[in-house]
Amino acid sequence: MENKLIILLVIVLGAIAIAQLVRIYEISAKLRKTGEHEISSRDNNLNGRMMFIFMFLLFGFFIYLTQAYGWTGRGTAASDEGVEMDWLLNLNFVIIIAIFFFTNFLLFYFTWKYVKKPGVPAYYYPHNNKLELIWTIVPAVVLAVIIILGLQTWGHLSGPSKPEAEKIELFSKQFDWTARYAGADNTLGLYDYKLTLDNNELALLTSNTIDSALNNMFNSSTGIRSLQKLLNNRDTIFSDSTLNVLKMDLSRKERLYRFLTQMKQHHNPKLDASAWDDIIQKDTLYLCKGQEYEIALRAKDVIHSAYFPHFRAQMNTVPGMATRMKFTPNMTTKEMRREKNDENFNYILMCNKICGGAHYKMKMIVVVLDKSAYKKWMDGKKKATFKDQYFPVAAAPAPAAPADTTAVTMN
Amino acid sequence: MASHDAHAHGHHEDHHHHEEHFISKYIFSQDHKMIGKQFLMTAVFMGLVAMMLSILFRIQLAWPGESSDFLSFFLGEKWAPNGVLKEDMYLGLVTIHGTIMVFFLLTGGLSGTFSNILIPLQLGARDMASGFLNMLSYWMFALSSIIMLISLFVESGPAMAGWTVYPPLSALPQAVSGSGLGMTLWLVSMTIFIASSLIGSLNYIVTIINLRTQGMTMTRMPLTIWAFFVTAILGVLSFPVLLSAALLLTMDRLMGTSFYLSDIIVGGEMLTNHGGSPILYQHLFWFLGHPEVYIVLLPALGLSSEIIATNSRKPIFGYKAMIGSILAIGFLSFIVWGHHMFVTGMNPFLGSVFVFTTLLIAIPSAVKVFNYITTLWKGSLVLTPAMLFAIGLVSTFITGGVTGIILADSALDIMLHDTYFVVAHFHIVMGMSAVFGMFAGVYHWFPKMFGRMMNTRLGYAHFWVTLIGAYGVFFPMHFVGLAGAPRRYYDYSSYSEFDNNSFELMMDLNQIITVFAILAALGQVIFLFNFFYSIFRGPKAPQNPWNSTTLEWTTPVEAIHGNWPGDLPTVHRWPYDYSKPGASVDFITQITPLEEGEEEH
Repeated sequence: MENKLIILLVIVLGAIAIAQLVRIYEISAKLRKTGEHEISSRDNNLNGRMMFIFMFLLFGFFIYLTQAYGWTGRGTAASDEGVEMDWLLNLNFVIIIAIFFFTNFLLFYFTWKYVKKPGVPAYYYPHNNKLELIWTIVPAVVLAVIIILGLQTWGHLSGPSKPEAEKIELFSKQFDWTARYAGADNTLGLYDYKLTLDNNELALLTSNTIDSALNNMFNSSTGIRSLQKLLNNRDTIFSDSTLNVLKMDLSRKERLYRFLTQMKQHHNPKLDASAWDDIIQKDTLYLCKGQEYEIALRAKDVIHSAYFPHFRAQMNTVPGMATRMKFTPNMTTKEMRREKNDENFNYILMCNKICGGAHYKMKMIVVVLDKSAYKKWMDGKKKATFKDQYFPVAAAPAPAAPADTTAVTMN
Repeated sequence: MASHDAHAHGHHEDHHHHEEHFISKYIFSQDHKMIGKQFLMTAVFMGLVAMMLSILFRIQLAWPGESSDFLSFFLGEKWAPNGVLKEDMYLGLVTIHGTIMVFFLLTGGLSGTFSNILIPLQLGARDMASGFLNMLSYWMFALSSIIMLISLFVESGPAMAGWTVYPPLSALPQAVSGSGLGMTLWLVSMTIFIASSLIGSLNYIVTIINLRTQGMTMTRMPLTIWAFFVTAILGVLSFPVLLSAALLLTMDRLMGTSFYLSDIIVGGEMLTNHGGSPILYQHLFWFLGHPEVYIVLLPALGLSSEIIATNSRKPIFGYKAMIGSILAIGFLSFIVWGHHMFVTGMNPFLGSVFVFTTLLIAIPSAVKVFNYITTLWKGSLVLTPAMLFAIGLVSTFITGGVTGIILADSALDIMLHDTYFVVAHFHIVMGMSAVFGMFAGVYHWFPKMFGRMMNTRLGYAHFWVTLIGAYGVFFPMHFVGLAGAPRRYYDYSSYSEFDNNSFELMMDLNQIITVFAILAALGQVIFLFNFFYSIFRGPKAPQNPWNSTTLEWTTPVEAIHGNWPGDLPTVHRWPYDYSKPGASVDFITQITPLEEGEEEH
């Protein structure tokens, strides 16, 4: 409370101080007996000089910052694509820094040089077509170079990956990441968000997961059956709003149930295999040096963005839409630690699209291993596929309980 | 001062005195000069609020997690328990800061103020084409401002999805608390704002086309008017698209439609929305959003053209090229919106097209910069505060513009998208430039608006603090972004877990930035004091304080209804006859007929 008073006091005192300042200026202005619109040559020269000095400060500040923090503070790029990008970035920087220095210099230099001097009139110079042509064409040529080089790189970065690229899916939700490796067949299993359950967080599509989703939708404690029971119970009386909420909930679930039933009818069980061998990985994403990755991206709730600052890779994850990116790590975590001289350094996957309160915490550590270490890790993981997780007893897949299809006809 | 007139002559139909009731003179005024001042006052207030919000979140960024009495003083226990800002409110502050700055200060304040004041005065018109619509435009603006401010105080917090309010985040209250009532108020406020802007823009266009005085051909109009003209056209063509985006979002929120929503599970609830696309919203939003940049920037460039020519005592260099570049920028601004969406999943080929069109904009921009610089060359510069701000604008336009070349390059945007590099870029090129243009305009036309002069020395102090403060804030921000810091992060401390070098860099720079931000904010107090003090106590202004050629300085100092006491002036020449060889003074007003044998420029 005391501090609040002090803050208030400071604000008030500040205002009073400025009021006093103004009075002083007012009195001094009266003494000068010139209007505010007549700028004395003293003021003129002073400000002209200060503008020129400011230019040196600005340039000095810029040079200091580049020296202290470097113009790519992320250090060496850790992917093949990143190396290409950094080259282009440096080239662009050289061009724009030259423009920045040159034009700012002219601006501030002229401001100082051509400050009004008594008896020297301004030079009437309304236009010069040749000059104007020059500064239309020169920027156009420079830009042509920038555009051509930029689009070439863009083509490499956004084009398709090689067939041997390893496929990974990154699944985003508020506020964490889950990775899914494609497994032995290097094919990611299909998914549908309606299949999401506690034991199938990534909503992978198999005959079993469809059945359990149907079962859950109908039989769970908040499922269709219990909702119907609740609404049909004559002993309970609901308020209008509660009744409304329950009815809305029921109709939503019935609609979802209908979609799931259709899904079941059209499902091709041959597709199950590609999902069963997928490997779901939380906490840390392991990658292999020199291996190209084709990354599929998915969002559960809102837009997120998969951002790997060290690999210079980024792509949004969009609910209801598949997006993709690719990159090839070219330095292991160990190598990068040595380069940065930081034993605790790690690559990172961050969320870079505002996604809610804990947006800033949404990240996943990335570890790049060399070929042999990666293979060893992967071999270990192949014993813990989606199938192994889904049927924890390690027995052969038991057929899921068939859904209570007869009950649907009730509606 | 005015109140005694109000009582004495309240209801008289007195044609000689034009004394008006207080309400019709100061509140529901239909006089363009008063409406312009109303826009200015409202915008200054909104700007102050938005600046204050930025200081609040800058404190969190520089000293994350540390208790601050300043925060608890302004935000209370709910949003800053124990003086530490809440995560949700951080996003709310960022969102409302951006919304107010872009729309309420730089669109309403800049275009609203100066279009209203200068269009009739510089064209030789008695008023706007429709005084009533003009009044309506201001009052809708005021209403939308009030609603936006109210949204800061609702229980679930203001909108929190960033100023671009991308769905699904902005559509789902389960995803973030601000997407409840706060977001509804945001949409209501913006809808009214868009209506206000549309009415205003239509009025400006009609006035410029129809109400030019005799002799005022299109190519004799000052560049300010050209800038306002193109700005108004951009507004009319692009704001309705934002309205449609907002309407579809409202329907998704309230009526269960699926324009932007598809396959979503949020807060444990599986939604049935299917087939919508969040990308559609982004296309609609940026179809306004990019022209909006030029809606903000062009008036500032127009004002500075006028101020630089007047105070260089030289004609603006390449008048026709300046008009051409305004038109080119206006046209191109409509076909570049995709450069905000390179990494959203948009087709990469479409991305290449947008790279091309975006980089084309650099050409007319370069022409403008070089023309300004050449105008200064061999001039006789009078460094008024307005002139300093106008030169400052050219500097920030360059500094912020060149980084745009990098961001427009899709291949480089991949790594810089949504980092602080972007924040630095648009704050310098759009924020600083437009604000500098606005300050330049206020200092330059203050005598016309209020009949009094502002204090020059305080103006200088204000300029220097603002220039140093603003560059001090946004220059280091580039380096935070290059180090990879994502924007809209509440806290960068988590960097210490995986990359200590970057962590230290960000913490260092964030503190420098916040210190400069506080300095720049305090500097604005000088302006406010000068501004309000001079309205009441400033020395009386002469009729033409800056020895300017344009028509507004031929009106009497005491602003009157209808602007000119007798007939409207007739225009005989272009507006930039400064230091013309053979003339006895260094400026010839537009109403001076050509001498025998004299050629128009």
